[in-house]
Amino acid sequence: MKPFSYHRASDAAQAVARAAELPGARFIAGGTNLLDLMKLGIEAPAHLIDVNGLGLDQITETPAGGLRIGTLVSNTALSADDRVRRDYPLLTRAIAAGASGQLRNKATTGGNLLQRTRCPYFYDTAMPCNKRLPGSGCAASTPGAVTRPLGVIGTSQACLATHPSDMAVALRALDAEVGTLSADGARREIPLESFHRLPGAMPEHDTVLRPGELITHVTLPAPVGGRQLYHKVRDRASYAFALVSVALILQPDGTGRVALGGVAPKPWRRPEADAALPRGAGAVMERLLEGARPLSGNAFKIPLATRTLAALLKEAA
Amino acid sequence: MMDFDQPAGDSRIDLSRILGQPATRIDGPLKVSGAARYAYEQHDVLEGQKVGYPVLATIARGRITAMRTTAAAAMPGVIGIVTAPEVGKMPKPFAFNVAPLFGGDEVVHYHQAIAVVVADSFEEARAAAARVEVDYAGETGGFDLHGLWPERREDARDPVARVGDFEAAFAAAPVRLDHDYSTPAHSHAMMEPHATLAHWQDGRLTVWTSNQMVEWARTGLASTFGLSEDQVRVISPYVGGGFGTKLVLRADAILAAQAARRLGCPVKVALPRPAVMNNTSHRAATLQRIRIGAEADGRITAIAHTALSNTLPGGRGENAVDQSRWFYAGAHRLFVHHLGEMHLPESNAMRAPGEAPGLMALEIAMDEMAEKLRMDPVAFRIRNDTQVSPEDPDKPFSDRHFSECLTRGAEAFGWSDRPLRPGSRRDGDWMLGWGVAGAYRGGPAMTSGARLRLQPSGRLLVETSMTDIGTGSYTILAQTAAEVLGLPLEAVEVRLGDSDLPASAGSGGQWGAASATAGVYAAGLALRTEIARRLGVNDADTLVFEAGTVRGSDGARSLADLAAEGEIVAEDAIRFGDFRKRQIVATFGAHFVELGVHALTGEIRLRRMLAVCDAGRILNPVTARSQVIGGMVMGVGAALMEEAAIDTGRGFFPAHDLAGYEVPVHADIPVQEVIFLDTADASATPLKAKGVGELGLCGVAAAIANALYNATGVRVRDYPLTLEHYLDELPA
Repeated sequence: MKPFSYHRASDAAQAVARAAELPGARFIAGGTNLLDLMKLGIEAPAHLIDVNGLGLDQITETPAGGLRIGTLVSNTALSADDRVRRDYPLLTRAIAAGASGQLRNKATTGGNLLQRTRCPYFYDTAMPCNKRLPGSGCAASTPGAVTRPLGVIGTSQACLATHPSDMAVALRALDAEVGTLSADGARREIPLESFHRLPGAMPEHDTVLRPGELITHVTLPAPVGGRQLYHKVRDRASYAFALVSVALILQPDGTGRVALGGVAPKPWRRPEADAALPRGAGAVMERLLEGARPLSGNAFKIPLATRTLAALLKEAA
Repeated sequence: MMDFDQPAGDSRIDLSRILGQPATRIDGPLKVSGAARYAYEQHDVLEGQKVGYPVLATIARGRITAMRTTAAAAMPGVIGIVTAPEVGKMPKPFAFNVAPLFGGDEVVHYHQAIAVVVADSFEEARAAAARVEVDYAGETGGFDLHGLWPERREDARDPVARVGDFEAAFAAAPVRLDHDYSTPAHSHAMMEPHATLAHWQDGRLTVWTSNQMVEWARTGLASTFGLSEDQVRVISPYVGGGFGTKLVLRADAILAAQAARRLGCPVKVALPRPAVMNNTSHRAATLQRIRIGAEADGRITAIAHTALSNTLPGGRGENAVDQSRWFYAGAHRLFVHHLGEMHLPESNAMRAPGEAPGLMALEIAMDEMAEKLRMDPVAFRIRNDTQVSPEDPDKPFSDRHFSECLTRGAEAFGWSDRPLRPGSRRDGDWMLGWGVAGAYRGGPAMTSGARLRLQPSGRLLVETSMTDIGTGSYTILAQTAAEVLGLPLEAVEVRLGDSDLPASAGSGGQWGAASATAGVYAAGLALRTEIARRLGVNDADTLVFEAGTVRGSDGARSLADLAAEGEIVAEDAIRFGDFRKRQIVATFGAHFVELGVHALTGEIRLRRMLAVCDAGRILNPVTARSQVIGGMVMGVGAALMEEAAIDTGRGFFPAHDLAGYEVPVHADIPVQEVIFLDTADASATPLKAKGVGELGLCGVAAAIANALYNATGVRVRDYPLTLEHYLDELPA
């Protein structure tokens, strides 16, 4: 591990001010991903700013009838919150499908959104990886590579990786927004839709966050009701990343929303696919996965996504 | 030395009161409280321990042309760096090793250890190791076994065994099967990574390590470092799982010992988790072809099993065909094992080497054959059971109850209620299927010794180099000693895993329990003789050892009283005679599985599992059951998820941790039941016991594959049975 300086911030303004003074600084909260990556030499920040003391660990109601989730609310607390369980059961289900109880106790709301990919080539520092080392190439796209865990849509020549979060898939279906603060005092409310980036030629940037910009909260709009289901398919029954996960919100009139995990560099949702819900899983996936470029080892993710949505529609009916 | 040169007759062990009873692990409290110190945790045995971190090759094949260590050496805390080119080529530690572990400039596999950086702390060593720069001249290599298969599957020029005229008999058989099967490479993925603390003093080397075979490790270190065996001490009291990858030395031991010698301080090295997959060993992938011909009544007339597995040049691969030579009858037989030389990391033994992947294929084929014959797969197997070697009618099995495993299991599982037609039973969206498979694994035994000390306190100390790799050795050896000396279990203390103690069989190949208990039994009889001598009695057999006392014609004395006059010590070993080779000593089992397959998502969820085992006398039903259910869990992994996928372009396993190489979690495992047949194999050991540690794994995956077929009607012959193999064939 490269030596780094460690700073504790006591409020958000101080945290972003520190970050502005310390180029290359990273915020750390639960550390469930960043610490691993530092130990493996995949990330080597020169400075860490510990944000656990910021006090942003409350879930409060918004004037619009939604919830404002402090960035430090743990995954466990968020999934167990009575209001979330009642009004946003999709979120509870998605969080519970991820990681393990121990990890969810430590992992935070903001940190969950900032997880790095689990692409095996990203994890091996001897391998070329444009996400880890811009311009070095993509080991996953060379002949003979193991492609089963990789993405089928939204990927690029430079990067085939997926985003691993379950929580983010639910937040995408719920039209959440990510609230941020920058050192100049600017605050942004970034729709989750545009929070994670597609890799294009710059896969090193997972999100649209600017250097030193801090996630302070996530806002859920007023509850949308309907049946809310999340199903994560994986090779073992628990504690694994998704092959495919499907978030579904189905209204009594047959309309609704669908988002996917495990297939793309970001939670995957398209309005035109939502619009096809009354016509069934096949019609949704035709639109949702139109333009997919599956690889030899992961083409099954497309029929799997369709079948999983069909199973959820059956359950929701 | 006690020679076991004829089958055991009736003995006091048949009336055992402690052996065979369900004793919980005597080392359990130490393990759950953290008091059991593993190799990397020997913080207090030596002052001044330094930490080594390996530098690993990042090419699959080639040569190191330059290594630059100046920057790394200047990093904080760094004490020294030892590189492979500077050390030069070292002898291979042990015949069983395949890849070089360290030394020289040649790279034969990805993540081969090429340097070790030693520092005051783990973090400093790791940081500096990342700064070592290496230039390579890479070479291309062969990494894809499939390319060799079309030719090898037809090639029977060099068979392992050939009996009769397989080709003619197969062609003439009215019912025939001819299919290909595949199993992927597997990683041992044990909980405790390889680790060693090494210390040199006065030309003698002591290592605290995690190794299944203390003697082999000592031999390996002696040959590597040019020492005599008595200059090497190996201490391995607790092993956090091995599954075969700790049968022989691995790079951690060589790096630690080499660095400790060069730097003049104790050095410890643990392999980081991402290194375990490519640096150590794995179970080879196999491609298999099975042909079976049978009469309409179900009698097999022709059977052929051909397999190809990957190995580095000079290795043995994974012989997936041997068990098929002895499992089922049939007059005309052909068995071929091809080595596919690949430049992947070292393939080597992993739990039930050969049988595990071999039965994954054979027991699907048997299920398919039963279906062709319109027979119950249980009845088909029983029809082809045999009491003699199918290759030699004059060579009997010492004790074989395979049919009874099947019938007992069928009865206990309710097999008669199974869904007869594939895809015919449902529970909502879940398609239910039942499957059965047979299990076969040899029952080897090896020379094993022990020393027993009856101490003045009245406690009995058992000393042997035997290891406990999570299997229960401490407990069954204590039970054996307590049984032979008539002491309560609590009066026995067991010391293991030290090459200064009498040499043992070690743990591997499921020979450990049977061999080591026989060694303690031999030492126990020797101790009885010593006790008789102290009593002035000529024949120890005239004495009765019971409840802590020894009773003869002159009355009873407590053993504690007797030993108060001075410790009574005896050492002996068991040696297994050639008579065993004139028969086949093996273990048998049957696995039954019920599972559900989600008709839409294709997810598989097991509902219940049953194993029936015939492994001779069961020394301790608690630890034996743990071994079997652990094997069943590993079988679930092999069936549903375990695959060390190969990057065939670069020649390595990209999975780097237990997220990328999945093994089952609790949520995958249903109710597991284990039935042990009440058998005793007089040719196995004086205790009539055989191992079960590998038997529990054999056949499990095939039972699951057969249940998947029964549930869905889709026959999957390639493992793991992940949903892409059958999703498109499920109901829409």
